[in-house]
Amino acid sequence: MAIAFHVNGKRVSTDSAPDTRLVWILREHLKLPGTKLSCGLGVCGACTVHLDGKAARSCILPVSAVEGKKVTTIEGLSPDRSHALQKAWIAEQAPQCGYCQSGQIMQAAALLAENPSPKREEIVQHMDGNLCRCGTYGRILRAIQRASREG
Amino acid sequence: MKANERRAPGETTFSRRDFLRAGGTGLSFALVFGTAGVEAFSAQAGRRPGESGFGAWVRISTDGGILIYNPAAEMGQGSMTALPLILAEEMDADWSRVRIEHSPIEPDLYGLSWGRGGRGNMLTVGSRAVSGYFTPLRLAGAQIRRVLLDNVARSWEVPLAELTTEPSLVVHAASSRRITYGEVAAFAEVPDELPAVAETDLKSPRDFRLIGRSVPRHDIPAKTDGSAVFAMDVQVPGMLYGMISRSPVHNGSPASYNEPEVRALPGVVQTTELEHGIGVIGRSVEEVIQAREALKIEWAKGAQAEGFDSEAALAGYSELADGERVEVRSVSRIGDPQAALGKAARRYRAEFLSDHVYHAQMEPLNAVVSVNAAGDGAEVWVGTQSTSGARAAVADALGVATARVTLHPCYLGGGWGRRSNSDYLLEAVHLSKAVKRPVKLMWTREDDIQYGQFRPMNLQRLEAGVDAQGRLMAWTHCVVGDGGGLLTSGVDIPFYDIPHKNIDRCTVSHGVRLKHWRAVGHGFNKFAIEAFVDEIAADQKVDPCAFRRALMREHPRALAVLNAVAEMSDWGAAAPQGRGRGIAFAERSGSLAAGVAEISVDDGKIRVHRFWCAVDGGIIVQPENAEAQIEGGIVAGLSSALLERITIQDGRVQQSNFHDYSMLRMSETPEIAVRFIESEERPTGLGETGLPVTGGAVANAFSALTGKRLRHMPFSPDRVRAVLG
Repeated sequence: MAIAFHVNGKRVSTDSAPDTRLVWILREHLKLPGTKLSCGLGVCGACTVHLDGKAARSCILPVSAVEGKKVTTIEGLSPDRSHALQKAWIAEQAPQCGYCQSGQIMQAAALLAENPSPKREEIVQHMDGNLCRCGTYGRILRAIQRASREG
Repeated sequence: MKANERRAPGETTFSRRDFLRAGGTGLSFALVFGTAGVEAFSAQAGRRPGESGFGAWVRISTDGGILIYNPAAEMGQGSMTALPLILAEEMDADWSRVRIEHSPIEPDLYGLSWGRGGRGNMLTVGSRAVSGYFTPLRLAGAQIRRVLLDNVARSWEVPLAELTTEPSLVVHAASSRRITYGEVAAFAEVPDELPAVAETDLKSPRDFRLIGRSVPRHDIPAKTDGSAVFAMDVQVPGMLYGMISRSPVHNGSPASYNEPEVRALPGVVQTTELEHGIGVIGRSVEEVIQAREALKIEWAKGAQAEGFDSEAALAGYSELADGERVEVRSVSRIGDPQAALGKAARRYRAEFLSDHVYHAQMEPLNAVVSVNAAGDGAEVWVGTQSTSGARAAVADALGVATARVTLHPCYLGGGWGRRSNSDYLLEAVHLSKAVKRPVKLMWTREDDIQYGQFRPMNLQRLEAGVDAQGRLMAWTHCVVGDGGGLLTSGVDIPFYDIPHKNIDRCTVSHGVRLKHWRAVGHGFNKFAIEAFVDEIAADQKVDPCAFRRALMREHPRALAVLNAVAEMSDWGAAAPQGRGRGIAFAERSGSLAAGVAEISVDDGKIRVHRFWCAVDGGIIVQPENAEAQIEGGIVAGLSSALLERITIQDGRVQQSNFHDYSMLRMSETPEIAVRFIESEERPTGLGETGLPVTGGAVANAFSALTGKRLRHMPFSPDRVRAVLG
């Protein structure tokens, strides 16, 4: 039985086994590689997408769990890097290697959608599950504050 | 082609004739960086439109567009922007018209020999891209500018000396004439030999328009919308997926496995035996994951690391430091340290330990390889620090000429030295060759940790003697561990003048896979050195900053860095209540850094609140990116000093993912302040420079706060509690 759901506003379906992790469906089947696989255990945040508007770790979500739901990936955040966070990420020159940054941006976007003016501690608490080996945390923090300010 | 048709050393695959055939509209310049400087040649391009030329560093189109090739791997350090920027500076190019592309993999053209002689290679390691390419690229840019000027002088019949340039414009002020580089490209002729340019002809740093300005990085926009292509993201037609179950003991081999059972599983196309594991190739990633889980492998006995216990081995290192039972190699020796120790008014001795550390690059290792049906050529997509070495390794593995391998460099989701090895790429070659189809080989995080290549664990034994005036007269340092030269980077103390010193390495072998890590041995060596210096200063009741000043009094640049960090951190002022501050100094990749950490301790958990860092890296090409590199080095250094630890029991790596291999998170990251010393000296490396000062600065801050010494990295809460009693 095919599993149907929405990705970035489009209806999609998959015949893959229902326990297949969403990250593989997105990356390898739907050819949306902006969502990254890093730990496969839900502990680093690189694979973060939005599931009905909330941040979710696509590396531990079986595709069966998203049936009928709305998934947004980094490719669907804006058509042209016009989301306030994307502009702020560039202004603060946040990424280094860049591999974790899709997940960082999606995690931050879920925060701002709920809380447009988060306090510093709220940002840190919300972002603490997202690892960055390059050590860009300070710039990510500043970029979120900038996006919050400049909307 | 057969293996014996591979080209001989010294022979270039790239001839002048090839270059003359190169296409595109406008002007192309090819410049060969030899060990003696720049050998240049050039050609009028555009003879065969549509044929993609290779070998050119720069192409100026008649519409004014300028393409500059980047020869370095881009792993987050920003070289793909910095290197073209350096060339554009001397060329006086309009940066807004510059496009950047990966250069072809032609080490004879784009490689550097890294000062060790021999032929160049394209290897992005050791924070050396900007420092290594800086002068050659400036000379190249200046030559290109000179060709443009010569052409305009001839066309306008004016003396060369009356012409100047503005970004992408040649200007003749006397007649108020201006012409764009694109317009010049439409009529310009390029001589067979480019005009000679000397370093004295280059711009004064005061006239730089691009270097030293914060020009945004080329790669960053694509890293905000998911469009930057990492090898993990590549898909090619007909591609299969591959994973490997590797020996749980490093360098072990499979004896047998349940081949028929696994081959019969849904989606499995092939299984294949490698020296160190069993590969599974299948139609979809999820089917390959399932099939790999079904593997039952009997491992052959006899791997060296079998039964290895890292904690037990580390506990035995102190005995080995006596040097009677292991190979001892001298790293540095001045004077007669044993005699000087004998005469010392006061002697010190301490030992420091560090555990194995893992790279933890966020993108797990992977590669896409398509070996052709005849098995005599391949196309590969890979994130590698060693593009030319990787390409040659693939050719060697297939027994074909290098030219039979096409390598597409991808962005690296972290390198840190792990991706200068081609082991993962050669695994993908093996898998693709087994099925004669393209295969995407993926490592899981568990694979990446458990078959990792670690920064080696080690013991440092230091002894020192001071005279009656409290001056350091004798210094001995022995580092014990596996990993040869990985152990000794940073073990010397070139900026501390001590009349008698002896530095040795005692080498053992455990059969565990080891590799360069960010700043290599500087991380642990500078921790030990800086903690030991601090301990001596404290015993001598001398401020640790003042004590270092005395040691480096003959080194003005090092002194300036130390003084700068003292000023930034208001060193000497009391730390806030409940906090302690520590200072450290370290050189790395030719750069100098001094750091101050401000910490507190809560139930054994060290919290670093603030970190100040002053750096002399010569001319700073991209200040904002340079600052980001130092910040990143500090975060990685603190992460390794506080949290990171790989242990091995019964030959098996105990950690498997980020739940048991912890790294610094946002909440644990201090406020970081970075200052660069103003300089007109040539640039030195920055990617690793922030790291080596971290361990010492934190350990010394801990001592200032608690009066106790931390001697074993990482300073995990259990160890901190044990030290505090």
